[in-house]
Amino acid sequence: MKARVHVMLKNGVLDPQGEAVRHALGQLGFDGVEGVRQGKVIELDLAETDAAKAEETVTAMCEKLLANTVIESYSVEIA
Amino acid sequence: MHAAVIVFPGSNCDRDMKVAFENAGAKVTMVWHKDTDLPKGVDVVGIPGGFSFGDYLRCGAIAANSPICQSVKAHAERGGYALGICNGFQVLTETGLLPGVLLRNSGLKYVCKALDLKVETSNSAFTSGYNAGTTITIPIAHHDGNYFADADVLQKLNDEERVAFRYVENPNGSQQDIAGILSENRRVLGMMPHPERMAEPTHGNTEGATLFTSLVGQLADA
Repeated sequence: MKARVHVMLKNGVLDPQGEAVRHALGQLGFDGVEGVRQGKVIELDLAETDAAKAEETVTAMCEKLLANTVIESYSVEIA
Repeated sequence: MHAAVIVFPGSNCDRDMKVAFENAGAKVTMVWHKDTDLPKGVDVVGIPGGFSFGDYLRCGAIAANSPICQSVKAHAERGGYALGICNGFQVLTETGLLPGVLLRNSGLKYVCKALDLKVETSNSAFTSGYNAGTTITIPIAHHDGNYFADADVLQKLNDEERVAFRYVENPNGSQQDIAGILSENRRVLGMMPHPERMAEPTHGNTEGATLFTSLVGQLADA
C-alpha cells in the first residue's frame, strides 16, 4: 500500500523560497503569478494492507517527524 | 563540571565546542548520536553546529529523533543544562525543548560573518558573565536561522525575559531580531551565533568565551 504525504507551510508563515520562485517566474515573463508556496511531497511504501490503519500510522509519522506542526500543515493520501 | 558534546553525522563544530568548554575548565566527553545514554554525572549537554544528517527533511529534524536525543530530552526535563549552537538550536526546537522554529533566511543566502549581538538578559547561567544591554561581537554561519514563533510564544518569551540575545542588525529575517532564547527554567539555551568561534585571542576577541566560563563557573559552584 502506498501513501503520499503533502507538507506545506501554514498560511501566514513567510515562504522565502516560494517568493524567490515567484520573482523568477516574473522575470521569465509569466505575468500574473500572485503567489507561490513551495512544499514537499513524501511517498511511502507500506507493508500495511488496511487503509484505515495505514492512514492512522502515517498521520502519527507526520506528527512525530514528517512535518513540524509549528509551521507546517500536512495531508495524507492512501492509495 | 562535566560537559557532553553530542556528535551527529554532519556535525562540524563539535570539536570547537569541546575546546571552548575545556578552556573554561570543564571535563568534556564526546557522545555519538547512536548512544542511548549520556555519561553518568553530566551537568551540561552541548549540541554543536553543523549539518546533522545533511539537513535532510528539515534542519535538525532527524537528529532530534536520534537515540541520544531521547536522553538529552530526559536530561533537560529533569532540570539538566543544555546548550545548542546553530544546528544545535535547530535540534532543540525540533525536540520541543525550545519553542518556535528556524526557517530559511529571508534573503535565501547562507550568511557567514561576525555580527553585533545585544545581550538581553544576564539572568541565566549562560549569560551571567555579561551585563544586560552589552553589545558583543559573535559570528554567525547559517542558511536557516530565521526565528519564527507565533505571537503568543513571542509574547511569553518577552514577558519572561527569555530572549537571551538579539541581533543589532537583523541578518536573516528573525522575528524581533531574536538570535537566542532560553527555556522556561532558563537552563536550556539555543542560539544561532557561534560563541565558540570568538573564544580565543586569535579568533579576534574572546567575548564568546564568557558564555562558557560563566556556565562552567556557575555549575562548578553548584
